[in-house]
Amino acid sequence: MPAPTRTAALTWWRHSLLGRHLLVAALGLLVVVAVLESVSDFRNVQLASMAYLGIAAGGLTVLTGLNGQLSLGHGALMAVGAYTTALCLPGPDAVVPLPVAVLASVLVTLLVGALVGVAAARLHGPYLAGATLALAVAVPGLALFFEERLGGEQGLRVALPEIPAWVLDLAFFVTGQELTRSRYVAYLGWLTLLVTFVLLANLSRSRVGRRWRAVRDGEVAAELAGIRLGQARVSAFVVSAAAAGAAGAMMAISVRLAAPSGFTLTLSLTLLTAVVLGGLGSLAGALVGAALLTFLPQLVTRIGTDAGLSDIQAAELSPLVYGLVMVLVVLLAPAGLVGTLRLALLRRRARRPASPVAGIPDPRHIPDSPGPSDSPGRPAGQTHDPATTSKGHTS
Amino acid sequence: MKTRLRRTAPLVGVLASAVLLAGCGAGGRDDEGGEEGGGGGATDVGVTEDSVTVGAHFPLTGVAAPGYSEIPTGAQAYFDFVNAQGGVHGREIEYIVKDDGYNPTNTSTVTNELVLQEEIFAMVGGLGTPTHSAVVDFLRDEGVPDLFVSSGSLMWGDDPDSYPTTFGWQTDYESEGKIIGQYVAENMPDAKVGLFLQDDDFGEDAEKGVRQFLDDQIVGVERYTSGNTDVAPQITGLQASGADLVLGFTTPSYTALAKLVSLTTGFTPKWFFSNVGSDSALVGSLLERFSEGAVSGGGGALDGTMTTEYLAGVDQPDDPWVQLWQQVWEEHGEKGKLTNYRIYGMSQAYTFVQALQAAGEDLTREGLVEALQESGADFAGPHLAPYRYGEDSHLGISGMRLVELTGGSSEPLTPVLVTDIGDAPIEEDSSGQADDAPPEGGVPTE
Amino acid sequence: MQQLLNTLLGGLTLGMVYAAFALALVMIWRSTRIVNFAQAPMAMVTTFIALSVIDAGHSYWLGFAAALLSGLVLGAVVERVLVRPVEGGPEINAVILTLGLFIVLHALASVIFGNRFRSFPAPFGVRGIEVGDTTIALTTSGVFTILAVLAVMGLLVLLFRFTDIGLRMRAAAHEPEVARLLGVRVGRMLTLGWALASLVGSLAGLLIASGSLVHPSYMDSVVVYGFVAAVLGGLDSPLGAVLGGLLLGLSLSLVSGYVGSQLVALAALGILVVVLLLRPGGLFAPAAARRV
Repeated sequence: MPAPTRTAALTWWRHSLLGRHLLVAALGLLVVVAVLESVSDFRNVQLASMAYLGIAAGGLTVLTGLNGQLSLGHGALMAVGAYTTALCLPGPDAVVPLPVAVLASVLVTLLVGALVGVAAARLHGPYLAGATLALAVAVPGLALFFEERLGGEQGLRVALPEIPAWVLDLAFFVTGQELTRSRYVAYLGWLTLLVTFVLLANLSRSRVGRRWRAVRDGEVAAELAGIRLGQARVSAFVVSAAAAGAAGAMMAISVRLAAPSGFTLTLSLTLLTAVVLGGLGSLAGALVGAALLTFLPQLVTRIGTDAGLSDIQAAELSPLVYGLVMVLVVLLAPAGLVGTLRLALLRRRARRPASPVAGIPDPRHIPDSPGPSDSPGRPAGQTHDPATTSKGHTS
Repeated sequence: MKTRLRRTAPLVGVLASAVLLAGCGAGGRDDEGGEEGGGGGATDVGVTEDSVTVGAHFPLTGVAAPGYSEIPTGAQAYFDFVNAQGGVHGREIEYIVKDDGYNPTNTSTVTNELVLQEEIFAMVGGLGTPTHSAVVDFLRDEGVPDLFVSSGSLMWGDDPDSYPTTFGWQTDYESEGKIIGQYVAENMPDAKVGLFLQDDDFGEDAEKGVRQFLDDQIVGVERYTSGNTDVAPQITGLQASGADLVLGFTTPSYTALAKLVSLTTGFTPKWFFSNVGSDSALVGSLLERFSEGAVSGGGGALDGTMTTEYLAGVDQPDDPWVQLWQQVWEEHGEKGKLTNYRIYGMSQAYTFVQALQAAGEDLTREGLVEALQESGADFAGPHLAPYRYGEDSHLGISGMRLVELTGGSSEPLTPVLVTDIGDAPIEEDSSGQADDAPPEGGVPTE
Repeated sequence: MQQLLNTLLGGLTLGMVYAAFALALVMIWRSTRIVNFAQAPMAMVTTFIALSVIDAGHSYWLGFAAALLSGLVLGAVVERVLVRPVEGGPEINAVILTLGLFIVLHALASVIFGNRFRSFPAPFGVRGIEVGDTTIALTTSGVFTILAVLAVMGLLVLLFRFTDIGLRMRAAAHEPEVARLLGVRVGRMLTLGWALASLVGSLAGLLIASGSLVHPSYMDSVVVYGFVAAVLGGLDSPLGAVLGGLLLGLSLSLVSGYVGSQLVALAALGILVVVLLLRPGGLFAPAAARRV
């Protein structure tokens, strides 16, 4: 490769944010295809639920990590998305095409999110947590009250439309395997996840995202800089709600049901767990958290039964582990699992003598990396982000 | 080195995808090639020469677990009993139970696990209306026989065209509502009737049945939400309506709560509780510790209450079926006593063994469903009224009798009455089903 | 008429329990500026301890005492071991911590005590009191609930207003630096504050459980209702918490009786939102600007 091209590529890599995210997403897609094609139907179902947890956790991590708003009501927002999908897909001959149903879910949830966001923007810390907690507990009751429309306790069944022939053909052409329904659902989930993550990543690195962070790090300073606090808070909530809506739609499609019992307080707490486990503000962390939530229960339950616990007791072990890890993360590693790892990596690299070629990576290019000066007392939600302070960052 | 790697990464990605496309996209899709496994062949998923694997989802934890979690222990005991005698057509029955905590989202997960990972041949006795409706489509699409759903919803069997593999088992809630409704209309024409309903299909189907006969007599209807244990406002409402007969379509925990709150408010109507919520041993154990003996504990907690039954229960120790269940439980059961829930599980297991017998030696999913549809209505067994299995209906037991609970046992108020959903008449059962005695050895024969 | 009366009486008893719970939240808020979302499961665990004591054949009152004592110890341990490191840190960490504790206690109770409905005895009768020839929906146990909560509130007021230790606790909460200079062991005072709050929470748990059914999540809705009650009262005032609890209990009982029990949680949310947006300092506070 001639030298000028090389520098051009380098410059492109440094400066084209969207391009970089798209590239990562394309690589992600390859991994997704490779994984989904090589595992059993059962694993595909598990991966589909990992995808919807990941989407919701991604939305929540943007809200909590970048904007400092803690929502315990994302389970309720997922319910809004799931019920919208269910209403759009009542029977096998769906009234609306699948993509439209998903978009409608996102849109409706976005509107609800805007409403909640306006109220939430005026609250902080424990007040916000308490109010969203009440939201999580209250929303399922609506499905019971409007039983005629929303199906009451047993909920609404979701009929997945037939897989379009061209999708079947394409899938066979690419992979040489018949596309099963479980695998199809897993693909839907993961495609949605990739799209959502690219959008979220881009948004959080953009001017909007910098404003969110500025509001999180210091309201007075942000206001002095001409940022309208309310606007920044509401916009973060709306974006996050839209992600929750997409997650709800995917959940409805993969569970084939939207019922109140699927959206208990536990779901909202589970999402928070995923976000805290992975590290607040990090999309990769949200994905790691979702993976843990999906695969840990089986493992822990098996260990429990092997250790002589009854099935019933063993089933309670996984929440125990989540809770413990959550407490420990806050106490010992406020940057979360991914954040802490990244921090260790940064420190190690920083100790090495800087060479002109490799050098210390520009911190601006490590998404949401916690600052190297992270002190034990530093808040989980407010890890120092150099991007907000460094000048001349272009996107 | 590092920069080089980073720079070439995109290239590698593109190359990899190209290779992948070229390697796999070897040709067009063969639309006809998908047929395999279904139909024909002597065996099917989950069946081997010497075993057949079945599964079920039950609430082993959570608020619905008391009582219901005992059902699979009964079924397991009966399957062990059959296996000890050589199984069915030389196949031992392996029974896998998964906990869904009565949460439909979990039901979906564990059913996936059962069907795709454990590769069960059939689902037998999955419990709950909201839970099972989350997986009924999936089971149909996968072609898994979905037998004897443990719930009285009409969904399990009123539409065999849409759900050809799903079969109900217990008497449906609408028929139960009709039977109690007619009894009250004929024998207590002056009663002012209040309805205390669970706010889901259970209460709804039952209300539909009751209203066919009692529309004019109903003075108040109150609904409670499962999970909210404060039912005082509802009971107060019934009391205010002036009801002197309350028909409760509740689960056992809410039967106990209703009785408890009515003590508080001094509300003393005549009570009827549906079969689901009238297990006097369980309700009694929930009530017994309340102070001062204000509520008598144990079996007497529901004295004077009317209910229905479609199986002989532990309060009839002389019934030959109950004696069989007692023997099975003593030989193969876990710790603890025989309960009505365990009898329920054993009776369901008994019906499944009958279905396996009827399906013959070459066991397939299709064959099993056909056999049930053809001969299920004639199965002898512990159920008091015949099953309705056939071309047009996959609903289960067709009737029940009304009883009054006294001192831990029950007095029949009516003979076994049979009916069906809709405006089918209620008639005395003439099939003699209730007089069936268990077969020699306790295992059904063809 | 009688229906209204009985609905209101039910709401009164329930409201007193919410009040006790809100009181516990307020005490912790006052001392450490933390909303303890793990309050409900902490109370649940102590209730199950009481049930174990009673099941072992001891009297109701021994179980009662065991629950209060274990509440005291649990509160102190939680503050000392878990909360101390995040005190004074960002609000969000404390919230996540208490939620983590929520999940842990829940799961632990399910493993140890079993995840099923169990009945919990009542100290006094569960029959309604008879007035003339009608029975009103107020039981002796209900009267006990009301009296117990009023007594606790009175004792707390006495403690904070008229005793030296109460004064130290207030000083430690409001001006920790000054208090420290004056020789107050601030850390100990905070631990004591959590311990007392947890004791009051345990009492609320016992009162809800008495004469009813318990299982590991029987207190979950109380997390929300207690919080709403505390916010109604301003989150800072014990008297406000009690009034807020009463008001909420009555309102929710009316909603459940006359509108539909499915909407109880939604009504609580509505009340919370309205209060937070219109009177952030609580219903009983002078309308002063206050950051919520």
